[in-house]
Amino acid sequence: MSKLDHSSPSDLFQSGKKETRLFAYLCAAATWSSAAILVILLSAVAFKSWGWFDWQFLTSYDSRRPEKAGVFAGLIGTFWMISFTILFSVPIGVGAAIYLEEYAKDNWLSRLIRVNLSNLAGVPSIVYGILGVTLFVRMFGVFGEGGHLDSFIGWKVEELNFWGISISLPLGEVVLAGAMTMTLLVLPVIIIASQEALRGVPPSIRHASLALGASKWQTIRHQVLPAAIPGIMTGVILSISRAIGETAPLICLGIAAYVPFAPGGIDSPSALIEHPEGMLQAPFDYFTVIPIQIYNWALDHREAYKGLAAAGIAVLLLMLLFLNGIAITIRNYSNRHIRW
Amino acid sequence: MSLERPRTVEALKERLIEFSLFLCAFASVLTTVAIIFVLFSEAVFGLSGTAFFKEVSVTEFFTGKRWSPILKPQEFGVLPLIVGTLWVTGIAAVIGLPIGVLTAVYLSEYAQPRVRRIVKPFLELLAGIPTIVYGYFGLAIVTPYVIQPLFKDLLGFKVGTFNALAGGVVVGIMIIPMVSSLTEDALRAVPRSLREAGYALGSTKFDVVVRIVLPAAFSGVVSAFLLAISRAVGETMAVAIACGSMPNLTANPLEQIQTMTAYIVQASGGEAPPGTIEYQSIYAVGLTLFVMTLILNIVSQWVMLRFREVYQ
Repeated sequence: MSKLDHSSPSDLFQSGKKETRLFAYLCAAATWSSAAILVILLSAVAFKSWGWFDWQFLTSYDSRRPEKAGVFAGLIGTFWMISFTILFSVPIGVGAAIYLEEYAKDNWLSRLIRVNLSNLAGVPSIVYGILGVTLFVRMFGVFGEGGHLDSFIGWKVEELNFWGISISLPLGEVVLAGAMTMTLLVLPVIIIASQEALRGVPPSIRHASLALGASKWQTIRHQVLPAAIPGIMTGVILSISRAIGETAPLICLGIAAYVPFAPGGIDSPSALIEHPEGMLQAPFDYFTVIPIQIYNWALDHREAYKGLAAAGIAVLLLMLLFLNGIAITIRNYSNRHIRW
Repeated sequence: MSLERPRTVEALKERLIEFSLFLCAFASVLTTVAIIFVLFSEAVFGLSGTAFFKEVSVTEFFTGKRWSPILKPQEFGVLPLIVGTLWVTGIAAVIGLPIGVLTAVYLSEYAQPRVRRIVKPFLELLAGIPTIVYGYFGLAIVTPYVIQPLFKDLLGFKVGTFNALAGGVVVGIMIIPMVSSLTEDALRAVPRSLREAGYALGSTKFDVVVRIVLPAAFSGVVSAFLLAISRAVGETMAVAIACGSMPNLTANPLEQIQTMTAYIVQASGGEAPPGTIEYQSIYAVGLTLFVMTLILNIVSQWVMLRFREVYQ
């Protein structure tokens, strides 16, 4: 109390103000430093990729001569892997979210699933790579020469053939193995995002539908899901763009950087018309993705390869920017058009 | 008429749908079981005869000072890899945590809505950049244009192309968006009335932010820190590119090191044939990494629940 008596209120204000202002500046500086770093990072990539990022780079396979190398195999491979990842992860992820939000009762099982989900989302991606290589690429060493089946019952399966499609056993570093690993990796994120979207649909809509005699599934299918679609799509696009840039698990799978062909032999629209059965072969073919090519180029000591890596990064970032743009557009559109 | 629903095909369909949706949700539990099973299968049990911890004792693994999985004599002391991981995590924490918290304070307490609208997308973009890009940034920009001029030309230290500092710096940048967005959520959850009570008692804005709002959001901030640290421990590509690939028990962050994650990347790149101990060492290191991040995540959730102040 005595301290207060000695100093006038205005003094208190003055001394406080200086501190306040300094702290405010510090906070502002910290915030803008992130923006500055982003600008530096993007301009560094643009600068380093100058002269390397051109049409030839987009349409060529990798090559030992840097001026002839390109990212074509990675583009096609990323397209195949991501397509299958979407095909697997979206139905399972949205289904799981519907179960957790609409059906699950508050019992130990649903609590286990929830706790498990938040922990899965924090597992390092490289651990998914170890899982994928054991489960999908090597299949626990059950098949093939010297595999468990071979040593126990003398059954050497190395390949299955259906209608001219050859599936090697174990799968090996093929598109499908990559897609299944990526599916496990993005599932927790997709589930959590979809849960939030479903939670955003007001209960009154459900009640109205049920009151009109719709069954639970009819309510979900025709009322809740359509209302939650924009939120789900935003979450899906963001997690898929994470999968596009993900590198570590794929290196763990043993995906090669140098792949001089397109999966299924489909390297152009005309190839698709000439041998459409390549579409079925593609999931079981070897492939590479853009981040793996970038990794390979970035670790090469020669200066030219630093340019190639930067050009690869530019392609990757443009793809991500495009996807994020779509996500933001969907978010803004739905914010404007849906009012509860 | 009975009030019970009739057992029709429709009702059966409803049950079937519910069950298949449950299977989708249960798939996530199976994923966890599969991860644990796979890691243990090669590291502990040995489905194919041998296992890592049957050849190398646990004490040898955790106290050995040399990690040499391929060159003879083979030695499997994980300490150099753990120290490498700690260097990167420590440097990242020193850079990322303060900047992240200050950013969150600025966005939640000081910034005008207009400024917020400009800055937020920058942070979201920063969060969306793939980690391999950060690795390239560390190797091609941070080391030659920041670390080498500063530590080599100015201070006279020896700095290599690959060093722990560059990796730590880029991982630090990488966790800023995560720390700031989680912390901002925690700060926004502190009710306005608390701030107003502070002002009513004559506090300055600084006092309100530092002595009232931040302590009130303490559990959220700590849990954000732990999650960010867990992310830094598990970060792979940025470190594998910028820090090099030499296991090194060192006290000098300007030297080349190898983290646990970078070892997994290097070893699974193809050389080690399945069934050998160097192949199984991938699983042993993976298990160590999995347990470390799991503990961090669980403690983070526990802090969030245990120390949360609930406001009405």
